[in-house]
Amino acid sequence: MSFYNLSSTSSGDLAAIAQITRDAGVNLDDCYQCGKCSAGCPLSDEMDLYPRKVIRMLQLGQVSAVLKSRAPWVCATCMTCTARCPQQIDIDSLMLSVRHAAKRAGLRPVREADIFDDLFMAGVRRYGKSNEALLAARFNLSSGHLFQDVLNAPKMAKRGMIGPSLHKVKDRAAMRRLFGRALRTTEGEKGDGI
Amino acid sequence: MRYAYFPGCSAASTGISFTLSASYVAKRIGLELVEMPDWCCCGTSAALVTSRDLAHALPARSLALAEQAGLDLDVVTPCAGCFSSLKRTVHYARQSDKNRHRLEEIIELPYAATADVMSLLEVMARPEAMEPLAAAITKSLNGLRVASYYGCALVRPQEVTCFDDPEDPQSMDSLMELAGAEPVRWAFKTECCGASHQISEPHGARRLIARVFENAAANGAEAIAVACPLCMLNLDMREAGINESRAVPFDIPVFYFTELLGLAMGGSARRLGIDRHFWPTGKAVRKALAPPPEPSPDNHSTSELPQEVTVA
Amino acid sequence: MSRIGVFICHCGSNIGATVDVPKVVEAARTLPHVVYADDNKYTCSDPGQQSIRDAIEEHDLDRIVIASCSPRMHELTFRKMLHQTRINPYLLEIANIREQCSWVHKDIEAGTAKAIDLVRMAAAKIDRDTPLYTTTIPVNKRALVIGGGIAGMQAALDIADAGYPVTLVEKEPSLGGKMVMLDKTFPTMDCSACICTPKMAEVGTHPRIEVRTCAEVEKVAGYVGNFEVTIREAPKHVDYELCTGCGLCESKCPTKITSEFDQGLGKRKAIYKPFAQAVPSKPTIDAAHCRKINEGKCGVCEKLCPTGAIRFDDEEKRSTETYGAIIVAIGYQLIDWADLYGEYGGRVASPNVITGLQFERLVNASGPTEGHIQRPSDGTEPKSVVIVKCVGSRDPHKGKAYCSRACCMYGAKHAHQYLDKVPDGRCYVFYMDVRTPGKGYDEFYMNTQRDGAVYLRGRVSKIYEQGGKLVCLGEDTLAGATVQVEADLVVLETAMVPADDADRLGSMLGVTRDKDLWLSEAHPKLRPVETNSGGVYLAGTCQGPKDIPDTVAQASAAAMKVCILFSKDELESNAMIAGSDVGLCNGCGACVAICPYQAVTLEEVTRRENSVMVTRTVSNVNPGLCQGCGACTVACKPGAMDLKGFSDEQIMREVEALCL
Repeated sequence: MSFYNLSSTSSGDLAAIAQITRDAGVNLDDCYQCGKCSAGCPLSDEMDLYPRKVIRMLQLGQVSAVLKSRAPWVCATCMTCTARCPQQIDIDSLMLSVRHAAKRAGLRPVREADIFDDLFMAGVRRYGKSNEALLAARFNLSSGHLFQDVLNAPKMAKRGMIGPSLHKVKDRAAMRRLFGRALRTTEGEKGDGI
Repeated sequence: MRYAYFPGCSAASTGISFTLSASYVAKRIGLELVEMPDWCCCGTSAALVTSRDLAHALPARSLALAEQAGLDLDVVTPCAGCFSSLKRTVHYARQSDKNRHRLEEIIELPYAATADVMSLLEVMARPEAMEPLAAAITKSLNGLRVASYYGCALVRPQEVTCFDDPEDPQSMDSLMELAGAEPVRWAFKTECCGASHQISEPHGARRLIARVFENAAANGAEAIAVACPLCMLNLDMREAGINESRAVPFDIPVFYFTELLGLAMGGSARRLGIDRHFWPTGKAVRKALAPPPEPSPDNHSTSELPQEVTVA
Repeated sequence: MSRIGVFICHCGSNIGATVDVPKVVEAARTLPHVVYADDNKYTCSDPGQQSIRDAIEEHDLDRIVIASCSPRMHELTFRKMLHQTRINPYLLEIANIREQCSWVHKDIEAGTAKAIDLVRMAAAKIDRDTPLYTTTIPVNKRALVIGGGIAGMQAALDIADAGYPVTLVEKEPSLGGKMVMLDKTFPTMDCSACICTPKMAEVGTHPRIEVRTCAEVEKVAGYVGNFEVTIREAPKHVDYELCTGCGLCESKCPTKITSEFDQGLGKRKAIYKPFAQAVPSKPTIDAAHCRKINEGKCGVCEKLCPTGAIRFDDEEKRSTETYGAIIVAIGYQLIDWADLYGEYGGRVASPNVITGLQFERLVNASGPTEGHIQRPSDGTEPKSVVIVKCVGSRDPHKGKAYCSRACCMYGAKHAHQYLDKVPDGRCYVFYMDVRTPGKGYDEFYMNTQRDGAVYLRGRVSKIYEQGGKLVCLGEDTLAGATVQVEADLVVLETAMVPADDADRLGSMLGVTRDKDLWLSEAHPKLRPVETNSGGVYLAGTCQGPKDIPDTVAQASAAAMKVCILFSKDELESNAMIAGSDVGLCNGCGACVAICPYQAVTLEEVTRRENSVMVTRTVSNVNPGLCQGCGACTVACKPGAMDLKGFSDEQIMREVEALCL
């Protein structure tokens, strides 16, 4: 089982936690560990730390364990946790902020999720619109899951769901500029609410 | 009824049936949808996990371009994912001028956030749409037991979506009732189907689909109605796969709510895009369109039928 | 020229540690009209008070400033002390340098400077103080108790036993309140009815208690010792003088209605007693459901009644009487969980999701199932029960932020009762914390675990029906695992919330409500049954969630306060009340509208002005009703209204002392 020497929490750890909670617009002290978030989370089975435990670990100053956790990457942002939290903690937002912090720290505990979302955004950056079939194919190549869902492709083509041409915006240069500026300001605090 | 229309990336691809059926219904009830100029992808959850700024900026660009083109209309989008992204952006922009200016700087366009954003479901469930809908519906769906599935994005977070009840929404149910279907009381109306995770996290996400079908089946649903192309593709395309590992397979076709409304208006399955589904729809469509049974007190209600219980 | 004495208290280190007291004394000595200043370790102590009395004599002081704790704490103490001197007790100002200074500051320099400011303000104000005098008002020695639950009954009995007449008003057709609905009481498991119904009978037959059922307080006027109360009694449609309570009418009435007493799990008739041991033991007709009253048909009860007691044309009655004191004991209700918790099924939840109070009726031998625990949906015995605590409690998002205090024990009791009646059943209790501070309480909880109840620490996130079971999803945070229980029956231990009437009654009686609408006591520790309205007391759960022992204790305490009030023939009125200057008043009535105690009225006065007799409308303050809150003085535009002891001039002096 785990052992935490709470006295060894560094000021750097605390600063990192403060940044995460500030970005998320969440106060960790609100959480009284009732577990309603974990209990209602449809994907908690896939998580190494339940949403409740993500908060608990942050309460205990264990930021590195949280940054390495799969949980924020498995989270589907369905917001069930936030909707039901008796203390109105925006858990969904916290998960996002942890994921952003992990990515800044060069961590990606769920490689597939990172590849998928990066590829998705790369497609949008390039064309301004998402092209699902192209995305799926690229994902299979990048992730090594070569044959995932391939049987569905011809079926989709038959149903007119994928065509030969790509969807694009007219002003593709504007998209690239938008991405440049949005990502230059990096973190993007939750600010006055998301 | 005139709205700016944000079709979303799936409108011409995986969500083609939604586009076909929605435009059929819209035309019949005098709902005019004006496509927004050079709209771009809303970014969906992928943008959110990348950067909050990006997640707000992408919808802001489309909304700002509409403003620039003088399209002074509220925005309607059929896709729940797009709805969530757009609505979130409007909420964010309206929260403070600081937020709005931050967006304007990123998108290099003025953005006043004047237009409201609504889902197609919300628009159709409004009284001014319900009235012409009622008039246009010529056939009753014969009490087809329909489980209305809303998913996550339409109802959560409620402060942002300002839509229906997050646990037991009713708007789609009332539309189904209007079309002569029997709304199923069930518990998974707003549970996540895991659509966004089917590619990156298939193991966990498949189970989410099964849960939705399981509860619909346990409550005697003969069909599921959805209001989102992502939910649709996820449930409809993967039902067969889910059934592979089941002793008792599900047999519940999934429809866009607009498809069922269209059927009740006399639209053909082909015209509405129902023929493009993955899971066979024939049985449900036949029941829905069968001539009404002889009025007799005994077979009056189908709700008395014993519920089919499936155990995993 | 006034001669002011200033006394600065160290309060041990409470003040002394943050305020440099000798420096404050020094500063006080330089203030205008201050002829004496000194400090004291504990001014409120006997030697402390003696030193003030000595200084008054020695230095010929005519008014004093005491810089110490809040006036709420010791103003009365020091006024009593002044009674023993030649100074009027209202020539006293307290500068609060503890709660408003030393306790909230850390910096000695800043604390000292602020203390000097506060003393300077008090000295400036007291220079303009005038002697104030109290008057006396008679005490009407009859008590009104509102609410006939265990709190109201206990209070009524105690007051009546002390020899004073009591009127007890209950809005339901019977006494008993919530307690009589309970099956057993924790932790002793004595039968609730066995200890509650004898009290009901005692109240019903007590020579000094008048019980009015189906009755509500409609209007309250007057003040402590002299309340004029209008009571409205709904028509019972049965003449209680003639009715013998034989029950023939009830047994033959053809109309069946969902029973409120059985919490919707059983049926009653349109002419009914809510339960067998009801007091009064006579039926009433539910006019909303009676076929004779609504459709003109039926009338079976009238035909059968051997004494001819049925009165279909019975009408509402109103009466106004005078009482000296009022005890509010209107109890609580359960939060409407279905409206708040869609995740538990909400409005369309399974009938097998019930509240704790419904469970009480289910397990009660005289309940709808004769004490057999059965599922409401199909009457089968549940083999697996989930008990969910804190539904609506400790949930600021959907419910209430507070803890409802009784549910931990209530939940443990339900688990115990279920396992007692269904020994092969399984029982799971979802909890957040187990709070059992009471005699024998924790032992009871531990025994429930030994009975076999499985306690799971976590909130339930969702309850839904599937395959005939209620699937409950939760996390056991101790195991760190999400858990699922497929239950036959779910019991929600829902939060206590104030009765519907609390807000209306509170505003009628001038009793403040807290943010959750519980009626507020005058002081949370030292005046727990008094309210800010003189002569109005609180008993039981209308003041906040509590269990039966606490309720009964509080009811007896409230009764004691009434007896103390009734032990005097006359009361001293509050000296610090508002008064209107007839010369300045223009009769606009703003003071009447703003007064929370209905103490101000408009009246016509005729007086000589510029050698002409002029009749004008002016405001008049009733000294018995005025609580000295000062709202009218702020509302008064011509500046006619002033509060004695806090006159506009005195306040301006304070402001000037601070700012100039």
